[in-house]
Parts: sequence; C-alpha cells; structure tokens
Amino acid sequence: MSAWRLARLIARKDLRVEVRSRVITNQVLPFAGVTMVIFAFALDADSVLQRVAPGLVWLATMFSLLVLVQRSFAIETDDGALDAMRVAGVDSRAIFFGKALGLAAELIVLEVVLLFAAVILYGQTIEVGSIVLLVTTLIAATCGLAAVGTLYGGLAAGFRGRETLLPLLTLPAVAPVLIGATRAVEAALGTAGAVVSDGWPWVGMLIVFAVAFGVGGSLAFGPLVDE
Amino acid sequence: MSAASTPSPPVPVVALDDVVAVIGRFPALAGASLSVERSEIVLLRGANGAGKTTLLRLCAGLLPVERGVGRVLGFDLATQRTLVRPHVGLLGHQNGLYLDLTVRDNVSFWGDTVGATAAEIDAAMGRMGVADRLADVPTRTLSAGQRRRTSLACLIARRSQVWLLDEPHAGLDADARDELDATLRQAAAAGATILVASHELERAGTLATRTVDVVAGQVRATTPDVANPSTNSEREP
Repeated sequence: MSAWRLARLIARKDLRVEVRSRVITNQVLPFAGVTMVIFAFALDADSVLQRVAPGLVWLATMFSLLVLVQRSFAIETDDGALDAMRVAGVDSRAIFFGKALGLAAELIVLEVVLLFAAVILYGQTIEVGSIVLLVTTLIAATCGLAAVGTLYGGLAAGFRGRETLLPLLTLPAVAPVLIGATRAVEAALGTAGAVVSDGWPWVGMLIVFAVAFGVGGSLAFGPLVDE
Repeated sequence: MSAASTPSPPVPVVALDDVVAVIGRFPALAGASLSVERSEIVLLRGANGAGKTTLLRLCAGLLPVERGVGRVLGFDLATQRTLVRPHVGLLGHQNGLYLDLTVRDNVSFWGDTVGATAAEIDAAMGRMGVADRLADVPTRTLSAGQRRRTSLACLIARRSQVWLLDEPHAGLDADARDELDATLRQAAAAGATILVASHELERAGTLATRTVDVVAGQVRATTPDVANPSTNSEREP
C-alpha cells in the first residue's frame, strides 16, 4: 500500500477516534473559548481588543494545539499502537503525514470557531475582499502547525515528562507561525490600518515554513520514533 | 502484496545461525541458533534477561543482526529487516489497540494497512470470536481477554505469518487463557508459526509443540514438549 493511502487511512482513523471520544467538542473547544473570554477580561477595552484580536486568536490556537497534539499521541501510546505500527512496518512518512493530516483537520475547525469568537467577542469584521487571504492564511498556518505538532508530539511521546517537554519544544518552534499568521490576519481584517496586500508576504513565509517542516518532519519522524 | 515481495520458499520459517544482537553495548543475544518450521508453536523458556524478548524482537526485524546469519520467511535480518516486518506480528504486554474505537474499527484499521478485504476482516474477527456481540463495542470497555483476542484478530487481518508473543497469558484469567490457547492452536493449524516467550511454563508448555531454553543470550537446548506428547508426535515424526 502506498504511503499516501496509508497516511489517509491513519488520518481517517484519528478523526474517527475524535468522533467517538469527542475530545475536541467537549474539551478543546471549551478550553479555547474560555481562553478567548479570559483575554477579553484581561484587555477590557474595545480598541485594544480589536487591535490585538488576530494575535489572541493565534495564541488561543497555539495553546489548543498543545492539547490536540497531546491527545493525538496519547491515543497512539495508551495501548502501544504507535509501537505496533512500527513493528508492522508502516512507513514512518505515512504515520507522519497521516497524523499531521488528522491534526490539520481538527485545527481548521478550531480556527474557524475562534475567528467567529473574535467577531462576536472582540467586534471584528470580515470583509468579502479579504476572504481569500484569510482562507489561505488559515490553510498555510494550519499546515505548519500540524507539521510541527506532529514532529514534536512524536518525539515527546516516548518520554516520561512529555506533558512539559511538548510545550517547551513546540512553542518556540511555532513562533514564526504565530508572527506570520497574526500579521496576515491583521491584513485580512484591516486591523491597525493594515491592507490586504500587506498580508501576502507573510502567507509566503507561512508556506515556506509549512513545506520546510513538512519535508523535514517526514524525514526525521522515523528515526525519532524509532529511538 | 506479500506474495510478490516474498523470496523463494521460506523453509524453515525462522532460521538463526550463531546470531549476535546488541542492545546498547550489551550482547543480548550471544550466538543464538534456532530453526522453526511452519505451523510450529515454540515456547521460549528462560530466566529474566536471558534474551527471550530480544529473540522475538530480532525475529520481528526490530533489531539488527551484528554477527551470524538470521532469516525469517526467507528475509535476511541483516539486510532486509524492514521487509520482514509486514509479515510478522509482535504482541507484547500491550495490545496495540485504539481504546476509543470499536473492535471492528480496530481490526479494520490494521487489516486496511495491508489492503485486507472486508471478508478477510470479518473472517479474522470470526476466528477470534469477536465478530458478533463484541464487534461494535469500544475496546476500552472490553475485558483483558477480549482485548487480547481483538489484538490477535488484528494480527490475522494483517496477514501475519509469524506470531511473536511475549508473555501472552499475562493478566488473563483462567477462562481467557484457555480461550487464548485454543486460538493459538487454531492459528497454528491454519498455517501460522508461533513463538511464545513465557514464564508460565505449565500453561505454555501444554500449548507448545516444542520448548526451547534460552540461557545468557544463547539457545542451549531445544526439546519436544514432554507435557504434550500427542501433539509432538503429530507434528514431529
């Protein structure tokens, strides 16, 4: 079976686990929602909230990413399924891309909900002319986050202190995504006087990041998991 | 898939000749030699740290051969150990299941990794007795024995030809152990080759067609199973 078909199989399995366990709906989305509300309490001034809303959306996404990645690898290690895949000779690139694909699907849902939360809680408006930039930003940033999360989630899965290790590894690595995605969404939403054309260079950076971590992660994942 | 990539007739299924395998800098196998034919159930007997688990992991293609010659299903463990993995199933202390998924979901997933048909998946579940009442039950809610059977159904759905079982009776009650033994005999009769590492000699001895002593990383003695002479005479003329 080709690596791509195996990757889709693994992604489908991860999403099926999510449908059965409802961790996103029962835990991750409420966590992200509470984070957004807490931000609103902390920055209780409409002008400040509107200015920093894109950054808050991505910060909430980053924190939720950690929960999603922990969960994504917990299901693999609870009963030794990741080891079983390795023993079964499942291509490590397929495992990497499959896990990343499943994670990306979950992240997209989360980001859309968070954007709507920003519209409702922080008074943001989304213009029709900025939708292409917004969607492209979401996709590019999501791919980068999913690749980093899968790579470091796989690495941390084998360690006893993985709950602490994962944020320590992941948050610095996704800092470029936080910066790029925030600037691009600022441009899409017209925050702080930014215009749509300001966002595209940041999208380019997000794409380069996603490709670099996608390729690098697929190559490094096998040896990391084997160790 | 497997037929195309499997080299010429693999007789014996497992053939180790003076094999050395190293974990870190420690020679966990120090010149082990063993030959296992198709449909045999071989009990690996030995003290903790003797090398039983290492022997299983080597046969699963998880450890490199440092010296000697090792072949499983005709694949050279020195140069083709990743190729042998899809053809063997290693069951350790964990079952390799997704606890939020149902029995059917799990068996289907593992079967799908090798392109198994729906009929093969149903047959695997049927053979392990998890096809009807248990099929749509989340594995998290199953008993230890039921999970073990589900895991073995996954091995069958994966078309594993060699089953490498490390303490398969651990954590099972008497009924579940009986079920497991019956399952393994059935699998061997259907053509699977089974290596079992166990400390429960009375239990595993009645199951095995041959017993092998593993001492200090070497296979010291290989004897027909005296506890089960009738089976021995059938399988080893």
